[in-house]
Amino acid sequence: MIVAEQKSLAEIKGLVADAKNILVVGCGTCVTVSFAGGTKEVGILASSLRMATKLDGNAKQFAEVTVQRQCEWEYIDPLAAQLDQYDLVLSLGCGIGVQALAERFPAIPIVPGLNTTFLGMPVEHGVFEERCQACGDCILGLTGGICPIARCSKQLLNGPCGGSQRGVCEIDAEIPCAWQLIYDRMIARGQLDRLLEIQPPKNWSTSRDGGPRKIVREDLRKLEDEE
Amino acid sequence: MEPVSRLGKALTARQFAVTVEIGPPKGADVSHLLATAENLREYAHAVNITDQQSSVMTLGSLAACHLLLDLGIEPVYQVTCRDRNRIALQSDLLSAYALGIRNVLCLTGDHVSLGDHPQALPVFDLDSVTLLCTLRTLETGRDLAGKKLAGVPHFFAGAVVSPGANPLGPQIAKMEKKIRAGAQFFQTQAVYDPGQLERFIHKVEHLGVPIMAGIIPLKSAGMARFMNRNIAGVEVPDSLIEEMTGTSDRVLTSISIASRLIRDMKDMCQGVHLMPIGWAKVANSLTDRAILG
Repeated sequence: MIVAEQKSLAEIKGLVADAKNILVVGCGTCVTVSFAGGTKEVGILASSLRMATKLDGNAKQFAEVTVQRQCEWEYIDPLAAQLDQYDLVLSLGCGIGVQALAERFPAIPIVPGLNTTFLGMPVEHGVFEERCQACGDCILGLTGGICPIARCSKQLLNGPCGGSQRGVCEIDAEIPCAWQLIYDRMIARGQLDRLLEIQPPKNWSTSRDGGPRKIVREDLRKLEDEE
Repeated sequence: MEPVSRLGKALTARQFAVTVEIGPPKGADVSHLLATAENLREYAHAVNITDQQSSVMTLGSLAACHLLLDLGIEPVYQVTCRDRNRIALQSDLLSAYALGIRNVLCLTGDHVSLGDHPQALPVFDLDSVTLLCTLRTLETGRDLAGKKLAGVPHFFAGAVVSPGANPLGPQIAKMEKKIRAGAQFFQTQAVYDPGQLERFIHKVEHLGVPIMAGIIPLKSAGMARFMNRNIAGVEVPDSLIEEMTGTSDRVLTSISIASRLIRDMKDMCQGVHLMPIGWAKVANSLTDRAILG
């Protein structure tokens, strides 16, 4: 899932400073699971902003709505009917949701209330960790199901650097060394020999480095035409 | 093929070799760098020039190596993967060869977050293993894209290893990969316990590659404690920290400790790699003693 966290109230106040009537739009999918932009967070943020702007002597109106998914047209299209009542939309979706709203409703300013942070999972309640960088060329089959692109600070492909000590990364003792994890798992599986093969330089052209990416599924497109 | 450098010839002939590492200045004034290198001329087989060590921005290793060659001092060109992609790395390796540089030490490089520009974009397009492969690929007359080169470089290629890595298994697995990728010698992270080096050498002896033991002369007890806390794989024993705490002459005690380490480790390895971190005068005394034994 996409993990995000809310911007500071001060930054959000700055983003909405020029508006009077604001619609706060939550998203019911990933950012609900990361407790950043679901119905509950929309309610809390809208209340905080009402109070804060009132205390500042510049009270604003904040309306609330949460859609199932901000990143799909069918869920955001119904917002069209009510948008003319507002002069700004504060999106609590991820960066994809913000852009979908801005693309569908170009006439109204859309600002982000979240920082979209990474692709990951809750490893325990309230703790989210990065797991995938969407590099477009998955190598998890070679690395025991642990991704060195997302989880090694240097994205190394041939084993730990000299900064790995007692299982943690040189940049922060809170970060487990991905290569120690990989090494331990491959030993446990009796597959250490696989780690001794030299991995060639990675093809980064499938990653963001190759420019903005797009997938076209002609098989699905045709189906829709036939319908 | 005959090794292409003096350091290569010495190590291949199983002579005890000495290298000293110096860091280029933060700024354009190279007078101190060159004076330091000049003082090492008669003691060291080659002088390593660091590449933005600890991710702190300095004058470049390539230019400094070239300036050393102008003085007739053999450099070891340190190259990290942190700041350049495969295009820039291949280009710099060709440039280095054209400038007369023959020794290349291939490193992954520290993460940018440890240095003085922590907001920079780290690159790591290649790693230490694939950098070694790259160098060997260039030597076949092709680049990484398979395109033919006009003029082929030849290098004496080295890599680094950390005998104090805990656990040692993954470190040695990577060392084996580096050898298969083309590493012809190793310089180690600083070692302060001859027993640690002995245990390490015992595990890698069969690989048959020359290993130069890393020595960082202690400047103070505080520096030792700092390294123990912050530098992966470096462990200064309490007895040495006490020695530095109790002394009235830190330079003399530092030299005494380092020369003792060199003496104790000399027969286990094929050379020493001194990293005096600014204490050039200490390096001079040590290279002298190291050679004279």
